[in-house]
Amino acid sequence: MSFVQNFPFFSILLSLFAGPLSSVLSGKAAKALNAAVITIAGILSAATLVFVLGTGESYVYTMGHFPAPWGNEIRVGVLEAGMAVFFCIVMLLCMMGGAAERLLEIEEGKQNLYYVMVNLLLCSLLALIYTKDLFTAYVFVEINTISACGLIMIRQTGRTIEAAVRYMIMSLLGSGLLLLGIVFLYDLTGQLLMDHIKIQVQLLSVTGEYHIPLLIAISFMAVGLAIKSALFPFHAWLPDAYGYSTLSSAAILSSLVSKGYIFLLIKIFYQVIGFDLIVRSKVINVLFVFGVAGMLFGSVSAIREKDIRRMIAFSSVAQIGYIYMGFGLGTTAGMIASIFHILSHGATKSLLFVAASGLTDVSDKRRSIRRLTGAGYRNRLAGVTFTVGALSMVGFPMFSGFISKILFAQAAMENDGKMLVTVVALAVSTILNAMYFLKTVIRIYTPLPADGGEEEAEGNTVLRMRDCPAKSLAMICFIALNLFLGLSSEPIVDLIRKGLDMFA
Amino acid sequence: MSRKLSEEEYKKTLSYRVEQWFAGQRDPYLEHLRMKPQAERTPEPEREEALREEKKERLDKVYRISDNRPVKLFEKLYRIFCIAFCFFLVAMLLIAVSFLPSYGEDEKPVNNEVSRRYIEKGLQETGAVNIVTGMILDYRAFDTLGESHVLFAATCTVLILLRHDKKKGERDTEEESDRVYEPKNDVILQMVTKVLVPPIILFGIYVILCGHLGPGGGFSGGAVIGAGLILYLNAFGFAKTEKFFSEKTYKVLSVSALGCYCLAKSYSFYTGANHIESVIPLGTPGAILSSGLILVLNICVGIVVAGTMYTFYVMFRKGGY
Repeated sequence: MSFVQNFPFFSILLSLFAGPLSSVLSGKAAKALNAAVITIAGILSAATLVFVLGTGESYVYTMGHFPAPWGNEIRVGVLEAGMAVFFCIVMLLCMMGGAAERLLEIEEGKQNLYYVMVNLLLCSLLALIYTKDLFTAYVFVEINTISACGLIMIRQTGRTIEAAVRYMIMSLLGSGLLLLGIVFLYDLTGQLLMDHIKIQVQLLSVTGEYHIPLLIAISFMAVGLAIKSALFPFHAWLPDAYGYSTLSSAAILSSLVSKGYIFLLIKIFYQVIGFDLIVRSKVINVLFVFGVAGMLFGSVSAIREKDIRRMIAFSSVAQIGYIYMGFGLGTTAGMIASIFHILSHGATKSLLFVAASGLTDVSDKRRSIRRLTGAGYRNRLAGVTFTVGALSMVGFPMFSGFISKILFAQAAMENDGKMLVTVVALAVSTILNAMYFLKTVIRIYTPLPADGGEEEAEGNTVLRMRDCPAKSLAMICFIALNLFLGLSSEPIVDLIRKGLDMFA
Repeated sequence: MSRKLSEEEYKKTLSYRVEQWFAGQRDPYLEHLRMKPQAERTPEPEREEALREEKKERLDKVYRISDNRPVKLFEKLYRIFCIAFCFFLVAMLLIAVSFLPSYGEDEKPVNNEVSRRYIEKGLQETGAVNIVTGMILDYRAFDTLGESHVLFAATCTVLILLRHDKKKGERDTEEESDRVYEPKNDVILQMVTKVLVPPIILFGIYVILCGHLGPGGGFSGGAVIGAGLILYLNAFGFAKTEKFFSEKTYKVLSVSALGCYCLAKSYSFYTGANHIESVIPLGTPGAILSSGLILVLNICVGIVVAGTMYTFYVMFRKGGY
């Protein structure tokens, strides 16, 4: 066994232990530790990715002395390692972009607790990506939920507490449904390890035994994870949680936490139930309907929103809708489009949150879109970054959003029944996206009126790049990431395809 | 030879006091217990009305209910949907359960090679007489590692929410320390605590240490110790407990316990995955020093659980240790 094969396990254990360790460190030391842990985990995952690409097949890593159905195992393939690298990069950039806000908005004595939460969150995301055991997945879903709650409410205002309570209730409902699904599956198959369950489930589907409980187990798991990743009718917790928490929390929650759950759902589809069985079970049709509805209603809510952070938050609902719509197509092409959109949305949404905070910084910290008039001139980099994010969301060529839209459209062509609905929904949703994103872009590049603008200009400042180096660097990296995803989409899509082949 | 006491001397003895107490003339509780009676609650309709108005106004400010028809409609529909959703969920679950393999059947899918190996080879492979402990701390140790970090994450979240950071030089007032309406230095409680707490904690330690030999383990033993600490705190107040259990103690204890757990398990995961023989002997089954790492892990889990319980209690009560 090659030494590189230990790296996923090292990255999980390292981030897991960094959590408790941060609680005894000072805020500054914990911050440095956190940055180091994320970087090291990213490097380890990248090395794993290179290794897996080299061997061309996934491998199984036993956690302990006991093999398959008795002990725990993790499984590493191209898709898993690639996703881990991406999550680490985005998390590092989010933490970098929100560093100044954290110092202001979090009480001094609780700074280190923030890093405890972030480290545990990173650990749970890595474990969710790599695990091969359904119950282990559930345990790390718990860690993920609790630390996400902590990230929301560490900025203590009334609204964040309320948002955290809401998030907690909805998220626990989701966890409960997921656990019920796992329990049903265990009762029907007697296994907790993913591929062993899959063998049993395939047997059951051939004999037709336990058809109804199997269907209910699948739908419970799908609905539970849909609630946790804010699919349309279950998104009530989202705007407040993303809109009022501190900047790095909002960016991490929107671009990573929900994606972790979606990735777990993909794992369940492919490794626990089997994709053909999922397609036959019609559960994906429900996801398709909710996804399409989310694409439209999320955008409509975003158009009506006057607060820029909440607007970006509502746009997440629409983007999560895209991902579930891709699942709903029930083809491999749809799945590839969804996975690419996970990357694209993860890179773009955190960029938008950071850029929006750059814009509000120069507008007296007011977040209503009216107050942002001319903000693009006052903080040039944030203006450019926001424009990049907005164009990417709308689907402008060169940026990552364009590629995911084109992949969705291509995938729709393969599906006879759902083609029309998908293409129409894509078109309408793109127009709606353009309505609220381009409106904001025009607003931030409209100069303030020379007369009568005193009231609106009150508290406006000018920020140059050297005034906020960390945030500027984060924004530049985000733009680069977005352009990278948009311009070199071919190898990435190939990578995803290879990963999916290895996945099942 | 009997001794005859004078009347006055007799009044000082214990037996006189017992006799008096028995006859109902004296209550030992009365003079030794300071308790501030809770003020009688007088209904203040005007103030309540004002409060209700204020709440309504505040809600209105946040949600703009008066000009927000969707919210109004939502409030109305909410209850109906809630009830409908509950019934739907209950119906789904009942239907699913009625189709599951029936309980106690020998041919159930759950009775397969997985549980058979746990039962038949558990003792031999893990060295733990209690196969449940062997399962959670050896076969499936990764899950339990995650689970103990769930507890730690939960404590940290409660710290974020409830910890009240004192400014420098600021002292707790009586109101903040939440001791106003409670009996102070309750003799009976303190006596009972003095008698009970040592055995409770000893029992907790016993349950932890013998987790691999019989029913018990880190989670249950830690809960017992945590309960003992909470009882002690209730009887003697914060002044006494913070001498030996502060936030720093909690953090150092749990970090070292979790670190120890992580290290121990990293060793066994690493050796297991790379097919290296582990050097930790399993020992004689049934002996206290047996079953490899399980004893150490149980102690770590016990420390984390006890600390978590105690921390939850003090956070919800005062917001500080």
